[in-house]
Amino acid sequence: MKNFKYIQPKSLSEVKKYFSDNHSVLYAGGTDVLGLVKKEVYNYENMIDLKSVPDLDKVEEVKGKGLKIGALVKISEIAESEIIKNKYTALSDAAQKVASPQIRNMATLGGNICQRPRCWYYRDDYACLRKDGDYCYAEEGENKYHAVIGGSPCFIVHPSDTAVALMALDAVFNIFDGNAEREVPISEFFVQPDEDVYLENILKPYEVLTSVFIPEQKNKVSRFIKFAERDVWDFAMASVAVKVEKNGNKITGGKIILGGVAPIPWYDEKINKGISGLTLDEKSIDEFSKLALQDAEPLSKNGYKITLARNLIKMILSEI
Amino acid sequence: MIQISFILNGKKVKLETDENRRLIDILREDFSLTGTKEGCSIGECGACTIIMNKLAVNSCLVLAGQLIDSEILTIEGVSENGKLNVLQENFLKYGAVQCGYCTPGMIMSIYALLLKNNNPADEEIKEAIAGNLCRCTGYKQIIDAARATADTDMITDLSQ
Ligand SMILES: Cc1cc2nc3c(=O)[nH]c(=O)nc-3n(C[C@H](O)[C@H](O)[C@H](O)COP(=O)(O)OP(=O)(O)OC[C@H]3O[C@@H](n4cnc5c(N)ncnc54)[C@H](O)[C@@H]3O)c2cc1C
Ligand code: SF4
Ligand code: FES
Ligand code: FES
Repeated sequence: MKNFKYIQPKSLSEVKKYFSDNHSVLYAGGTDVLGLVKKEVYNYENMIDLKSVPDLDKVEEVKGKGLKIGALVKISEIAESEIIKNKYTALSDAAQKVASPQIRNMATLGGNICQRPRCWYYRDDYACLRKDGDYCYAEEGENKYHAVIGGSPCFIVHPSDTAVALMALDAVFNIFDGNAEREVPISEFFVQPDEDVYLENILKPYEVLTSVFIPEQKNKVSRFIKFAERDVWDFAMASVAVKVEKNGNKITGGKIILGGVAPIPWYDEKINKGISGLTLDEKSIDEFSKLALQDAEPLSKNGYKITLARNLIKMILSEI
Repeated sequence: MIQISFILNGKKVKLETDENRRLIDILREDFSLTGTKEGCSIGECGACTIIMNKLAVNSCLVLAGQLIDSEILTIEGVSENGKLNVLQENFLKYGAVQCGYCTPGMIMSIYALLLKNNNPADEEIKEAIAGNLCRCTGYKQIIDAARATADTDMITDLSQ
C-alpha cells in the first residue's frame, strides 16, 4: 500500500479544501476504503478522516416527524437501537445482517451507503469500464454475484444492506457541498451505470453525507431479509425490504425494494404497482411474487437470483 | 509520518509512524505484542481481533491515524502479571484450544461481550464470536468456556 497523508479536519467546511488539487478520499470507519488502497485499486494522496468533524455521530428523534441518524453512527449502534428495532424495523434487520460483529463496530452508516462495489474484477487488477478501461469482464466472465437488471454497461450490484432498507423507508439524505446543506430523497441518490459508469451515487468527491432522515412510519410495519452463502461476512445474493400498511390481512399500501440484483437498490415497477390490495394468503402471495423481475436479463451464471428474490418476497410477506 | 498517542493495555503510549501502517503492524512490530495474529488481512477471520474503545474490532482494518486518542486492549492486556484470567483458564479447562491461532481473537471477542453484558444468553455468545473463524476446535468448547466464565462473573474491566 502506498503512503498517504491522514488529515483530520475540525469542521465540515474545512473538508472541501483538501480536494482542490490533490487526490483525496473521505475516510469514515475505513473498512471499505482501506481494502481499496491496500489493493491499490486507487492510490489516494490524502485520507480525510470524518471522525474529527463534530456532531456527525448522533441519533436524534424528531418528535412527530421521524428519526435523524448521523452519517458517522456505527452500524452496531443501529443494530442495537431499541427505537430503530421498534419503529424502523427494516433498518434494524439490515444493520444486524451487515458483515460481522467486528466490522459493524467500525463501519458507519454513511460509509455503508457510500461503499464501493464488490465486483471481483473491479477489486482486482483488471482495467474494467468502471476503472476507465474499455471492457466489462463480468458480462461474459464470472458473473454469479452480478446484476440481473439495470446493469448494462457495468453489472455491479449495490453492496449495501442498509440502503435497501432505507429506500423502503423513504429516507432523505442530508448532503453538505462545502458551503451549504441540501436534502436529497434516497430515490434520487443512486446512479445507474448507463448514466455514469464511474460513480455509484450523485456525490462529488468532496461532498459529505452528514445524516439520514427517516420519516415516521405511523401504522406501517417494515422488514428486511437477505440471502447470502455464509451467515456472516457475505454480501447479499439477493435481499428484500418491505414496508406496508395493512387492514386485516389485506395490504393497503407499501413499498418493496430488492437488493443484490441491480447496481442500485431496486424499485421494481410491477410489484410496487401490485402491492396495494394484496391479500396475505399463500396463493395470492405466490402469484404476486411472480410479478418481480419480469424484465430481468440475467447473465450466464446469475439466473438463480430471479427465483431467489421471488422466494424472499414470499417469505417476507408471509411473515409480516 | 504521523504522531499518535493512545492507551495500550492501560498505559499511555506515543509513536511516530507512517500513515499507511495498520494497528496489527504497530502491535506486532513496534510493541512486540505478537499475541494478536494475522489471518486473512481483509476482515474475514477475526484472528486479529482486539478491543478498541470497549468494542471488538479487526486490527487488520484499523489505520494508524484512527488510533489517535483511542483505548486499545490486546490479549496481552487481559492477563495480569503473567497470570491467566478466568476466561483464559476456562479455554484450557474446556479444551477450547487446539492449534491456538484463533484463540487470542476468540478471547477478545468474548471479553468484549462480557465487558458490556456479564450474563449473556448462549445466543449472544454465539453472536459475539460470529466474526471469528476456528478451523480446528469446533465452536462448542469455545462456547462452553465462555458460558462458564460468564457464570463465574469474574471478568473485571482491565482497560479502565
Ligand atoms: C469482510 C467484509 C464483509 C462485509 N459484508 C457486508 C455485508 O454483508 N453487507 C453490507 O452492507 N456491507 C458489508 N461490508 C461492507 C461494510 O459494511 C462497509 O465496508 C462499511 O459499511 C463501510 O463503512 P465505513 O464507515 O468503514 O466506510 P469507509 O470505508 O470509511 O468509506 C466507504 C466509502 O464511503 C465514502 N464515505 C464514507 N462516509 C461518507 C460520508 N459521510 N459522506 C460521503 N462519503 C462517505 C468513503 O469516501 C468511501 O468511498 C463488508 C465488508 C467487509 C470487509
Ligand atoms: S461489472 Fe462493472 S466493475 Fe465489474 S468488471 Fe464489469 S465494468 Fe468492471
Ligand atoms: S486478519 Fe483481520 S480479520 Fe482476518
Ligand atoms: S484452535 Fe486452531 S483455528 Fe481455532
